[in-house]
Amino acid sequence: MAKVTVDGIQVEVANGSSVLQACEAAGKEIPRFCYHERLSIAGNCRMCLVEIEKAPKPVASCGYPVMDGMVVRTDTEVVRRARRAVMEFLLINHPLDCPICDQGGQCDLQDQAFSYGSDHSRYAESKRAVQDKYLGPLIKTVMTRCIQCTRCVRFASEVAGVPELGATSRGENMEITTYVEKALTSELSGNMIDICPVGALTSKPNAFTARPWELNRTDTIDVLDATGTNIRACARGAEVLSIQPRTNDEVNEEWMSDKGRFSFDGLRRRRLDRPWLRVHGRLQPVSWQDAFVAIARRLEGVRGERIGAIAGDLCDAESMVALKDLMTALGSGNVDCRQDGAQYDTSRREFYTFNTGIAGIEEADALLLVGCNPRHESPVINARIRKRWLAGNFPVGVIASPGPDLTYGVELLGDRPSALTALIEGGAGFTEALKAAKRPMIVVGHAAIAREDGAAVLAAAWALASAVGALTPDWHGFNVLHHAASRVAALDLGFVPRPGSRSVAGMMSGGVDVLWLLGADEIGAGRIGPDTFVIYQGHHGDAGAARADVILPGAAYVEKPGTYVNTEGRVQIAFGAVFPPGEAREDWRILRAFSEVVGHTLPYDDLPAVRRRLAEVNPVFARQGLPRFGASDLSGPAGNPAALGNAAFGNAIHDYYQTNVISRASATMAECSRILVHPVVQAAE
Amino acid sequence: MLSDKDRIFTNLYGQNEWRLAGARARGDWDGTAAILARGRDAIVAEMKASSLRGRGGAGFPTGLKWSFMPKVSDGRPAYLAINGDESEPGTCKDREILRHEPHKLIESALIASFAMGAHTAYIYIRGEYWNETRHLQFAIDEAYEAGLIGPNACGSGWDFDFFIHRGAGAYICGEETAMLESIEGKKGLPRMKPPFPAAMGLYGCPTTVNNVESIAVAATILRRGAAWFAGLGRPNNTGSKLMAISGHVNRPCVVEEELGVPLRDIIETHAGGVRGGWDNLLAVIPGGCSVPLIPKSVCDTVLMDFDSLRAAQSGLGTAAIIVMDKSTDVIRAIARFSRFYKHESCGQCTPCREGTGWMMRVMYRMVEGRAEPEEIDMLDQVTRQVEGHTICALGDAAAWPIQGLIRHFRPVMEERIRAYKAVHGTPAVVTPDNLPIAAE
Repeated sequence: MAKVTVDGIQVEVANGSSVLQACEAAGKEIPRFCYHERLSIAGNCRMCLVEIEKAPKPVASCGYPVMDGMVVRTDTEVVRRARRAVMEFLLINHPLDCPICDQGGQCDLQDQAFSYGSDHSRYAESKRAVQDKYLGPLIKTVMTRCIQCTRCVRFASEVAGVPELGATSRGENMEITTYVEKALTSELSGNMIDICPVGALTSKPNAFTARPWELNRTDTIDVLDATGTNIRACARGAEVLSIQPRTNDEVNEEWMSDKGRFSFDGLRRRRLDRPWLRVHGRLQPVSWQDAFVAIARRLEGVRGERIGAIAGDLCDAESMVALKDLMTALGSGNVDCRQDGAQYDTSRREFYTFNTGIAGIEEADALLLVGCNPRHESPVINARIRKRWLAGNFPVGVIASPGPDLTYGVELLGDRPSALTALIEGGAGFTEALKAAKRPMIVVGHAAIAREDGAAVLAAAWALASAVGALTPDWHGFNVLHHAASRVAALDLGFVPRPGSRSVAGMMSGGVDVLWLLGADEIGAGRIGPDTFVIYQGHHGDAGAARADVILPGAAYVEKPGTYVNTEGRVQIAFGAVFPPGEAREDWRILRAFSEVVGHTLPYDDLPAVRRRLAEVNPVFARQGLPRFGASDLSGPAGNPAALGNAAFGNAIHDYYQTNVISRASATMAECSRILVHPVVQAAE
Repeated sequence: MLSDKDRIFTNLYGQNEWRLAGARARGDWDGTAAILARGRDAIVAEMKASSLRGRGGAGFPTGLKWSFMPKVSDGRPAYLAINGDESEPGTCKDREILRHEPHKLIESALIASFAMGAHTAYIYIRGEYWNETRHLQFAIDEAYEAGLIGPNACGSGWDFDFFIHRGAGAYICGEETAMLESIEGKKGLPRMKPPFPAAMGLYGCPTTVNNVESIAVAATILRRGAAWFAGLGRPNNTGSKLMAISGHVNRPCVVEEELGVPLRDIIETHAGGVRGGWDNLLAVIPGGCSVPLIPKSVCDTVLMDFDSLRAAQSGLGTAAIIVMDKSTDVIRAIARFSRFYKHESCGQCTPCREGTGWMMRVMYRMVEGRAEPEEIDMLDQVTRQVEGHTICALGDAAAWPIQGLIRHFRPVMEERIRAYKAVHGTPAVVTPDNLPIAAE
């Protein structure tokens, strides 16, 4: 620890800290543009200059290491003059077009100009103008506003792992560019908009829609993947106009994926805003009452085992527990959440969660990815893996079909289960790497378990984890990476068929007479038997609604308070930002109302009561936070490793930008998919 | 004045053979192994005793710099990086060493590397120096061939490799850390200090960066003794130095001269005097374009060394003397320097990126006189806003010539403005009365 005096305040900071950190520890705010605590230090904006005793000139505090006994002054005439000088330089070539700039109101340059700017300009020469660059469908550029802080360049090369941005030319001709004009290929590119301190990079889909002070911000949870990214939905009136990440070092640090950030326009399109009933083969709008009555009539005389329910990927835990309770009341055990047919062992929670924890990745020292492509399944977790990889000494092995570049160095060990067997048998080089590691991690993705021999793969992966010492009392290196936000909560709630009951596959092709789809669109609705009566409860007119006989309009994730459990098993509560459109209602309330119609009134009338019920079904729902844990019981999940098949692991996600009803309804995501996933191949020009 | 027996660079003009045989005849590579046998500490101590100050411009004591290198390696290799980028306008001294005395440089590089525990030296040569590079490469090949460098260099038991890296024309790559970036294959952007190169330099390893001349004199100093070298010049400004005299003199030249000799003597003895006589002198830039100029009144008496020129509010820099006679439009001369710095600013940090362009534009208006007298003060302020606030010294270098101009030639600038007003009569700059309106 080093003792540093900042403006007369003594603080103690860790050795190797920067002067800026010491100043912050002393409660002094240091203005900055280029410095960002999650990026490398550039020291180029020169805004954070402070005076250090015995230093001949002001120093950039962001990159200057503290020394014991250092005396720092942040509020002297020299410092103020230096900062005013830097601010003047930044502004001489800045267009000062704040009234038409989307960054206005959330602009670092604007804010700091209030403290250090002058009321007039002494610069009488022509200003510089810079040609705007094309960075893809998500980022709008006004490069004349750029102050060359290079945060975006550093973000792209360090965090996102796509070194596609850089600076060309020098001096005042320096420009940030992609060299050869092309769309950025990162799934995290939206974060560059957040870290850009000026209006050079702004959100293209949000351009000219709202001012930050007009927006109501509501804390919620992203459900477009299973990371559980903490987000803030910014709404004006009934519309969500942008989505931004919240900082949570345990989960997403301060990043979020592009799909979660930019799918919000899908919340306004293809919405189900009133109940529908199929009459003579055509869907007709009806009242809630008529819809309920129609379902109740159809249920009359149907035995419990002929009724089924499937929960989709975006559901909150409240609606799932209500649906399960309803099914139980109707005498049905045919409930399933595994739209993709993944095979889990739900006897112990550690068999289906990401036990190391997202933050735990940084403590791991070897990683094996089995049938999983984190870059698409959870870009934020992928960035965390890259962060760990950048720190060095982190061998990463991959058993998967060739997919996109994971942004870190990997050793490809094969693409089918036999590679896993080879690792268990040992001899292969990577087994030694895992064994040599003190804290190895094995991550099993859904390409590995959503297949016939999924249980065997899961068991084999556990066996390997056990064999290489990944399961110890203080380290749990066995992980399942989910990409469906509702999945872990559903498994926690036991939203899987009881023994003898029907799974998703069993409910298809006439396996049940009445099928309740709770936002389930990824089951291949065409496989449902022609005589099955389908109730679709959800928010978007997608595959499920098209097949439905009754449509019950529900609420999308930003429109309802909900409980979500991310892939780690972390229980997180979201708030509703806006009301659902039209006659749509919160999903658990729909189920509660319907239960009354069929005479099995569910025993909860308000949200706290539902949440009490959640905790009753599984106490994890009452838990706050997620303490780290080790493995105490080494016996593995059910599954015969001998039953391993020989088919190659496929890809769980084929089009990152089109994985669920919201992103499929989003024009922005469709554009991303068109440009980035299905680029038109052009002849060489 | 330096006597011939004290000259270090005896083949400065290429009058003799520059290859190995010629170099040996001049005493290079004589007893190199014996010098190395004195041991690392003794060599560094000798260099310190010689009070040699870096010849690249900043004048940092060379021996002290060498002593910063870690005595015991932590596993990382150490490097010597020789700065031969020599892009400062007016400076052309290293060029003579590279093409006419390459073996002095190679031998000294071996000794210096040994003294800092480095087995590898890189030299970064200005890209335009193509023939110089070829000479040096030829000399390196000769030295390898003769076993003077390479494994067991000179039979001393020390392995030493010497590599050339050619620059691509950017002035900023002569800044020591930008040069390291450039050698690493990156864009030549100066690094933040600390960490200093001695702790974390080339490829993250301990590195010493020295100017070509600072290195090249080392072998001779060690051969003839620190006392001999320290006996030349004045205290704290010891030894001899290559000086390049250019501009309005009768015989522009590069010459080795003792430090502390009067500037006037140097110009008159070696360069044939100022064009049109000493009284025709207007000003001299004594150390390459990045130091402030000094007017004739100062030139009359000033001594050519670090401390005297600093006392005259200028600097020795690279000792590249640029002489300007009274035919010179001194404002235009300095404006041209501003354009140079604007062009060569790397663009990394704000004050230099934005300030150099600002200063250049105002300077060119000053050349015409299309300005207000108050703007001279504003320009001076802008130079002070750049100076000392940047990552590297390019910002300072861009500011100083203008400061020197304003310090000594303010009446000329004011007169220019008056003359312009007399002809054009209009306000020269934007005032609230003729403010341009948005959306033009």
